[in-house]
Amino acid sequence: MSKRTFSIGGIHPHDNKIARGCAIEVLPLPQTVYISMAQHLGAPAKPVVAVGDQVKAGQVIAEPGGFISAFVHSSVSGTVKSIAPRQDIAGNWMTHVEIAVEGDEWVEGVDLSDTLVTEIPEDRNAILEKIKACGIVGLGGATFPAHVKLNPAPGSKAECLILNGAECEPFLTSDYRIMLEKTKEIIIGAAIMQKVLGGCHTVIGIEENKPEAIEAMQKALAELKYPNIEVMSLMKRYPQGGEKQLIDAVMHRQVKSGGLPISVGAVVQNVATSLAVYEAVQKNKPLVTNTMTITGDCLPVEKQHNYLFRIGMPLSYIAEYAGGVPEKAAKLISGGPMMGKAIANLDACTVKGSSSILYLSEETTKRKEETSCIRCGRCADACPMGLEPHLLRRLVNAGDVEGLEANSVQDCIECGCCLYSCPAYIPLLDIIRPAKGQVMGIIRNRAAAAKAAAEAAKAPQK
Amino acid sequence: MGKYLVSPNPHIHAKESTSTLMRDVVIALLPAVLVSVVFYGLGEIVVLGVSVASCVLLEYLITRYMLKKPSTICDWSAAVTGLLLAMNLPASTPWWVVVMGAVFAIGVAKLTFGGLGQNVFNPAIAGRVFLLVSYPTYMTSWAMPQGLFGADAVSGATPLGVIKEGLMQGASVPQLMAENGWSYGSMLFANIGGSAGEISAIALLAGFVYLLVRGVIKPYITLSIWATVFVFSGLMWLINPAQFTDPIFNLLTGGMILGSCFMATDYVTSPMSNKGGILFGFGIGLIAMLIRYFGSYPEGVSFAILIMNMCVPLINRAFHQKKYGRA
Repeated sequence: MSKRTFSIGGIHPHDNKIARGCAIEVLPLPQTVYISMAQHLGAPAKPVVAVGDQVKAGQVIAEPGGFISAFVHSSVSGTVKSIAPRQDIAGNWMTHVEIAVEGDEWVEGVDLSDTLVTEIPEDRNAILEKIKACGIVGLGGATFPAHVKLNPAPGSKAECLILNGAECEPFLTSDYRIMLEKTKEIIIGAAIMQKVLGGCHTVIGIEENKPEAIEAMQKALAELKYPNIEVMSLMKRYPQGGEKQLIDAVMHRQVKSGGLPISVGAVVQNVATSLAVYEAVQKNKPLVTNTMTITGDCLPVEKQHNYLFRIGMPLSYIAEYAGGVPEKAAKLISGGPMMGKAIANLDACTVKGSSSILYLSEETTKRKEETSCIRCGRCADACPMGLEPHLLRRLVNAGDVEGLEANSVQDCIECGCCLYSCPAYIPLLDIIRPAKGQVMGIIRNRAAAAKAAAEAAKAPQK
Repeated sequence: MGKYLVSPNPHIHAKESTSTLMRDVVIALLPAVLVSVVFYGLGEIVVLGVSVASCVLLEYLITRYMLKKPSTICDWSAAVTGLLLAMNLPASTPWWVVVMGAVFAIGVAKLTFGGLGQNVFNPAIAGRVFLLVSYPTYMTSWAMPQGLFGADAVSGATPLGVIKEGLMQGASVPQLMAENGWSYGSMLFANIGGSAGEISAIALLAGFVYLLVRGVIKPYITLSIWATVFVFSGLMWLINPAQFTDPIFNLLTGGMILGSCFMATDYVTSPMSNKGGILFGFGIGLIAMLIRYFGSYPEGVSFAILIMNMCVPLINRAFHQKKYGRA
């Protein structure tokens, strides 16, 4: 088996997978859940229930608010108490549906048993419809609606479906645990997506620091006998799980700047998404549960957990159930330590894409004081997009927007490798991020203007 | 919630910081420092002590009282400059000459340009060259190795100086090598006249390997210098062995090892890209050998590094990282 990796940049942080040995436990239901209408990339969903309505678990409570949007389902049974703004983890106000939990009754047709359903439906469109109706979004971080990605525009063809089991972020172990405990379900999910994409080659990419997962996958593949699916061991390197990096590692192809993975024939989905697809298509179960890791460097091993949670559970409830916030915690993070978001509001609730509560101690997370750039070039060596963060910083300071675009600031994937590796602790990503936004805005405006001009030129000819 | 930090990603950081990198350079220089103290004795200790102390003190005084900024001595870069400057000087250098060198290195070459990260020229080399042109008598009377408890230092010339002098008087290279009894062994292990940084190639190379293993520096610049020197002097030597010294001699003598391993690889004054580093090293190797063979100075590594330092902004402009998806 070849050991591959992406070709540009990357770093090797300590993987700290302390919770790897913790089997997935089911969280008990809280008294109330608050389900956000913005659980996915794109337009927020529009509520279709009213205050006072009785809902069951798995029932649609909101419908897509646009083409790129997704259905949202109730994760519990009970009464809708309110539909009102509530703060998310960053403290931003977003519409949430508050449901008081009463019992645990699911809508009809949902199969909650563990029975494996290996028979894959024949009708491609029916599968896609099911994935859409069940509100499946990418669970690798971006929460992009899965049915959009699995239905490439006419003219483009998927050559390779890549299942992302890299889990390159330190500390996180939820993908690892589902790969061990839901191995076959993930493979069936992959086979379903393979079917939707027209039977393309399928690769499950897993980093070599998870040998048990690689072995389990290979064993299950041999048993299930779906054609054209293979497991690929990847070197341990961050950000291997980045979509562009994973395509480079697996297919040795690079997506052009501004292009979509499908332009090089690739479709990437996370292993957790594959599990959700399995549950949706084979078990009729909408995406209302996911797995998250409770971990950190200041949390004793016996207090670390991998939980099956339902969307809308307050983080504070989960933290409390897990034994409380450790005393030495200086920063609470939702997601991994490289790309996760600092939790500003622990009363915020889980969403489809939640992957962890990570507690970091002050000595691990506190940045040292910024000093002068010593031009060591470590940021440029680390950048997986081949950018030169030191140069971008100079251009930002000079206010040179054209220079920023010429030096591809818009390609930044915000992985944090530059800041991680800077010995002078210069907050490179903090500086680059707004510049990227500014340049992308300019590019969008230019494209819109060009389109308008082209249409104006066409009009008189008619 | 107020007591928890909220800031953007990433939330962790690599262990290295500027000060740990600079400290690693100091550690890498220690073997060579020890060897030079053993061979040159008290004089070397004075030069080392005065150089490091005056560099650090000057950095402190200038940043605090002239620039009115927080002191930057904690980043260890001034100590590195002091150490490297001392290793470029003869053990017999008077203390006040060393101080002059430190004033030029830290005060002029480093802090007038804006301090660490902003300087165009390697401060230690700038200091050495300043002393070389200002106090040539002190800078070219090299102490011969006498040992820590040896008798008074005996002045002598370095092998490169002897060769240059001898060639001008009409002698040939093999003749001079034989007369002086130099062997590659003595050059590797500290038995030839020169500054602290010229005495033992092995001790310096040990430090270089340490820096490579710790990931502090990359090997491209150094290897490029060695390859250029080896190929260029090899060609010249094959053409005329009586006039031109051989490649191994050129790699092991003078400031070649110290310069290529520790001075040319200085982050601030070398190119950022690997390809740029290779070009930079090629330039240093070529200019150094041209000075050695055809210049009036016996040694040219310092000048070569300073000249190539000036080219770094141009090199950085020419060589960029390979970008993802923009082939």
